[in-house]
Amino acid sequence: MINLLSSNWHAFISGFGWTLLSSVLALFFSLIIGSLFAILEVVPSKILRIIGNVYVEVFRNIPLLVITMFFYLVIPLYVVKINGFTAGTIGLTIYTSAFIAETVRAGINSVDIGQMEAARSQGMTFWQAMRYIVLPQAFKYVIPPLGNQFVNLVKNSSVLAFVAGFDLMYQGNAIASQTFETVNTYIIVGLFYLVITLPISYYMQHLERKLA
Amino acid sequence: MQNWIDAYSWINIRFLLQGLSVTILISVISVVLSFIFGSVLGIVRYSKIPYLSKIIGFIIDVIRNLPLLLIIFFVYFGLPAFGFKPDTIPAAILAMTVFESMMIAEIIRSGIMAVDIGQMEASRAMGMTFTQAMWHVVLPQAYKKMIPALVSQFISLIKDTSLATIIVVPELMQHGQVVYGQDPNYIIPVFVAMALMYFVVCYALSLLSKYIDHRMA
Amino acid sequence: MKRLKYLMLMITSLLLLLTLSACGSKPLSSQNILENDKQSKTITWGVKADTKLLGLIDVKDGKEKGFEIDLATALTKKMLGKDAKAKFVTVTSQSRIPLLKNGNIDAIIATMTITPERLKTIDFSDSYFDAGQSLLVKDDSSVKKVEDLNNKTIIGVVGSNSVENVKKFAPKAQVLQLPDYAQALTALKSGQGDALTTDNVILAGMAVNNPGYKLQGKAFTTEPYGIGINKGQDDFRKAVNKALKEVQQDGTYNKLIVKWFGNVPGFNYKEVLRK
Repeated sequence: MINLLSSNWHAFISGFGWTLLSSVLALFFSLIIGSLFAILEVVPSKILRIIGNVYVEVFRNIPLLVITMFFYLVIPLYVVKINGFTAGTIGLTIYTSAFIAETVRAGINSVDIGQMEAARSQGMTFWQAMRYIVLPQAFKYVIPPLGNQFVNLVKNSSVLAFVAGFDLMYQGNAIASQTFETVNTYIIVGLFYLVITLPISYYMQHLERKLA
Repeated sequence: MQNWIDAYSWINIRFLLQGLSVTILISVISVVLSFIFGSVLGIVRYSKIPYLSKIIGFIIDVIRNLPLLLIIFFVYFGLPAFGFKPDTIPAAILAMTVFESMMIAEIIRSGIMAVDIGQMEASRAMGMTFTQAMWHVVLPQAYKKMIPALVSQFISLIKDTSLATIIVVPELMQHGQVVYGQDPNYIIPVFVAMALMYFVVCYALSLLSKYIDHRMA
Repeated sequence: MKRLKYLMLMITSLLLLLTLSACGSKPLSSQNILENDKQSKTITWGVKADTKLLGLIDVKDGKEKGFEIDLATALTKKMLGKDAKAKFVTVTSQSRIPLLKNGNIDAIIATMTITPERLKTIDFSDSYFDAGQSLLVKDDSSVKKVEDLNNKTIIGVVGSNSVENVKKFAPKAQVLQLPDYAQALTALKSGQGDALTTDNVILAGMAVNNPGYKLQGKAFTTEPYGIGINKGQDDFRKAVNKALKEVQQDGTYNKLIVKWFGNVPGFNYKEVLRK
């Protein structure tokens, strides 16, 4: 197994890098997009609320693989040419943003409605009140689960293998089918994933215990 | 327009529906099995049995933190080394069950922890054994609290079965690929149909969960 | 309480069953696959599900169809008698060798070239088809031959030797490996690469219902397809080779060639006929 690791070191490391990059990018963008749609779900305008709602429900109930393949195979056909890594990261972003939107919305709802009203009566607009009063408090709910969200992202980023996204799983598949050491290769791949996911997940458990 | 009519011929739709039925079959069997295994594992981890709880806890954490795709590979390519050679559908069920049991174990454990610790102590003080207190007092309340989390885990499971296409399990995603493999013009109609089928099943479940939640509240 | 005990009992027995079934079977190397198959009157073949003309799932009945399927059925009957059954397990280029080595399937008949690398892990029958690697490109593509692919992107399939070969002819090409041929073809059409490379016969099958795409240039390698068999199964291998000779001699082989490749533009079936 050590032989397998050392002779394919470059492939594993570059796969590891792409996996990490894709997860970080997707986390960043899904946080922005997720918050945006969460706000849409609570604005006074009914049309915007429906848009927000539809977005969240649609992307929460369709497999990540379907979304990713759609971006890899269909979007380049009609809209713009994107490669596997980009398509995969966009898929991850959209999928995750729907879940983040749910968390942010729950955070917003948890803020006392009186605060919003008080802010409005002080002459703030809806957006000002949102920006300065409600959102800062809502994000207190959102930040802790982000660690778990990131762990999920790293795991889910393995769909990049379906679209030649050069990630860890993609490299693992290529190495496994060239060396015929299938199980050993995947054990190494698994260890690489655990290097990222286990520490974060243990840290999250630690945090939860401290907060509880 | 003609593409859409051709793509949605009864033969193609029937093929997709066959895929959907395999998806549902795999999901339902796996969810039942992983509910059972997950409950046992979660309770064992919670009950702090010397060594056993720690070891099981570690196994749960390792498997939970791996991509499901890897679990599928380990089951399909790795298990036969131990003499067990599953076909694609049983392999998918087994992989989903292993993975989901660990997820559910964690939900169960945190559900139990959310039940007031005083209740366990009170039941024990009344002369119940640990198992009795667990079975009659703690678990019923814990499961009630966990329903939303369990349902959303079930929805993830349904969506995750699409990954099994990598080992050519004849589920919805795989059948979709076969259909759009026939004709390049089918690709958008097939994606729409696939997305719709997944959506209807998953959304219906999430509505059901909201309804149950509402009734019980 | 009773229910809990019952539950525990069920789970323990399930686990026990799993372990038992795990211990029950003998290691593969000590088994004689041919003898096993003679008893069960069944040979389990690993076949392709996504390769038109060779092995493709038909949406009408969900069954695999193609040259390799028919050939495998014919070989099964020659090896085990008229009432024998060929069972098919769909594999991908990535999964076929692990599944053979694990014993899920008895033999691979899935567009697999006999190569020195593979011969280190598994055995092959005599070649049953002579393919050659080629390129599928858009009609107006600037790629005329494999060397033109330097600094371009080329699509292949995980686990096929085509991706290794193309690196020899065009070392500066970027290679994308997709899970199977259905994805690879769709990716080519979506503009994810400048060409799709694999064996000419597979590409010819793709070109049939994809107007606007064509096979480009001559085959730049020879790819003799062989039936993959586990090491140590010499009885089985000899039986396959004998059956292969018989189907070639009695004309079944050529009949199947004409049936599947007789009318494929860009592919001269006469070159692969055998006497």
